Amino acid sequence: MSVKIQISQKTRTKIEEICKSFNNEPGELINVLHKTQDYLGYLPAEAQEVIGQELKIPTAKVYGVVSFYSFFTMIPKGRFPVSICMGTACYVRGAERILDELKHQLELNVGETSADGLFSLASLRCVGACGLAPVVLVGDKVYGRLAPDDVKNMVDEYKDMRGAV
Amino acid sequence: MANNKKQIRIALRNCGFINPENIGDYIARSGYAALASVLGANNPQNSIDVIKKSGLRGRGGGGFPTGLKWEIASKNHADQKYVVCNADEGDPGAFMDRSILEGDPHSVLEAMAINGFCIGATKGLIYIRAEYPLAIERLLIAINQAEEISVLGNNIMNTGFDFNIELRYGAGAFVCGEETALIHSMEGGRGEPTFKPPFPAQEGYLKKPTNVNNVETFANIPAIILKGWEWFSSIGTEKSKGTKVFALAGKVNNVGLIEVPMGITLREVIYEIGNGIVNDKNFKAVQTGGPSGGCLTEKFLDTPIDYDNLIAAGSMMGSGGMIVMDEDDCMVSVAKFYLDFTVEESCGKCAPCRIGNKRLFELLEKITEGKGTMEDLDHLKNLSKVTKDTALCGLGQTSPNPVLSTIDNFWNEYLAHVVDKKCPAGQCKALKCYIIDTEQCIGCTVCARACPVGAIKGEKKTPHEISQEICIKCGACMEKCKFNAISIK
Ligand SMILES: Cc1cc2nc3c(=O)[nH]c(=O)nc-3n(C[C@H](O)[C@H](O)[C@H](O)COP(=O)(O)O)c2cc1C
Ligand code: SF4
Ligand code: SF4
Ligand code: FES
Repeated sequence: MSVKIQISQKTRTKIEEICKSFNNEPGELINVLHKTQDYLGYLPAEAQEVIGQELKIPTAKVYGVVSFYSFFTMIPKGRFPVSICMGTACYVRGAERILDELKHQLELNVGETSADGLFSLASLRCVGACGLAPVVLVGDKVYGRLAPDDVKNMVDEYKDMRGAV
Repeated sequence: MANNKKQIRIALRNCGFINPENIGDYIARSGYAALASVLGANNPQNSIDVIKKSGLRGRGGGGFPTGLKWEIASKNHADQKYVVCNADEGDPGAFMDRSILEGDPHSVLEAMAINGFCIGATKGLIYIRAEYPLAIERLLIAINQAEEISVLGNNIMNTGFDFNIELRYGAGAFVCGEETALIHSMEGGRGEPTFKPPFPAQEGYLKKPTNVNNVETFANIPAIILKGWEWFSSIGTEKSKGTKVFALAGKVNNVGLIEVPMGITLREVIYEIGNGIVNDKNFKAVQTGGPSGGCLTEKFLDTPIDYDNLIAAGSMMGSGGMIVMDEDDCMVSVAKFYLDFTVEESCGKCAPCRIGNKRLFELLEKITEGKGTMEDLDHLKNLSKVTKDTALCGLGQTSPNPVLSTIDNFWNEYLAHVVDKKCPAGQCKALKCYIIDTEQCIGCTVCARACPVGAIKGEKKTPHEISQEICIKCGACMEKCKFNAISIK
């Protein structure tokens, strides 16, 4: 799924600048995509078109690369991106049950963003905190040794911030 | 780091002892002295021989002799060659390389420069996961500081040797850890593997000879140069020298990174360094080698850990994930977990891996749901072998290993799922059966009220009963019952 948007002139110029900083070199495509995603938060189809034009490669090739790598996303993340570690250590310590509970509480599947843009749910592989398994990240904040019962409280904390900026 | 006895630090020698953002700290611990000595001696073949004689083998999983790899790259002549550090660390449940890069980035930079001098390369590239922002930051700082004092860059230490290092970012694809895929990714494309030969040492990055080594492999190099191959090869077993860093995790009391000499036994790792199994449960298996590896059971607890013994035991060294499992872990589910990973990470280029793994996963799913048949088990074995034999790259050639290894070691558990429709570890949800003991139940109705689907029937003050057709196995009733009347069968 992708979000259809119109990108502003400002964004277009910024993407062009990013391409230029890599000499519009097709071999730098992945670096260009990283920088563009840093800037926009995601890689909408329209941004991929601009990149294709600038690097003089087909948009299909750009899309081929974007869709190959899980780090690149075509839908914006939520204001509170929730990521669950599904690495082996976390799995062995019950990450699957935490994931079920997260899906239930957030009413989201992995890879989705809520309609109000508040939450998105993603799964990661080992965040290097295996000692704290099972691990969930909300933004940069790490929640370790979670039990399924803790999930509701954790999520509610963020739901309460809905109004706040 | 867990308990220090039995551990020897070589790759991790500086981690935690220096400020990784200060090159002075590294130099104070003999940093860049190995590079100085290699450049001073000005005899690349001699330095390659030292690495060869040390017996160092690749720590990225394959275990290829490092010195030999360098020698091949040095003998291929070209106007430009490259040194590549593989920092893609894809094994889910492992973070050895990240710790080295975050804790001691210079050791890797120094080793890459030594490698460059030995094979005649002036450019180095580190392929690092974008998910490791701190490691990236520290590497960039380290490269800058090293260039400032001319231990990297042009005319290093006034010897006329140039060596420049740049970073290339991965973007979350496990298959990019495979060296040909890694090279395609560095060139800006989809990270799909290609057939070997040609090997990277013949035709790698931009079609030039390229030496690819893992982070931990590199981290050993300066120590070997400084302390000598005799010292290094005195540690370990006959064919596996030195140490290995493992990320010890799962059901042990002490988890974390450990660095142990090759030849240590699993028993020592689990019971002495790991301080035993959590809650004194029974040990069941250790998984090594990640999605390419297998499980080692009790009978291998006293086998010395090295490349060859692990392969003989049906697993492999891998990059260093070591997951300990206890009696509560269902081995069919573990195999399913890894296949789920492989299905997601298969690049899709070749059919055996793209389709074979998907079918394997579906079979395992069927079995864990209690719908498996004996035919499915045969099918599982055959398909595993076919996938291994016909896949294009190392990912598909090894991905059925977790299935085969659990079949070999835990056949009875598979049978229990298929024949008795039971999960002995009580982990497979669909096979759980919640039962009310009529002797214990006093008919308090708490469970019936807790059940979200109304599966529990019974009159007040008389024993209740669970309808297995309706029950969704959520466990709510069991938690609520104050009389321990509900159990899982
Ligand atoms: C599917 C797959 C994934 C791999 N992932 C990694 C990895 O994450 N890190 C790594 O160093 N080597 C990885 N390798 C091994 C590399 O292809 C290569 O053998 C290694 O980087 C060579 O370095 P070494 O000889 O120092 O181990 C992987 C291999 C395969 C087939
Ligand atoms: S074995 Fe799997 S990962 Fe390797 S080339 Fe084939 S499809 Fe791609
Ligand atoms: S396990 Fe859940 S669904 Fe089944 S009887 Fe108990 S409360 Fe009801
Ligand atoms: S497996 Fe989850 S943090 Fe390592």
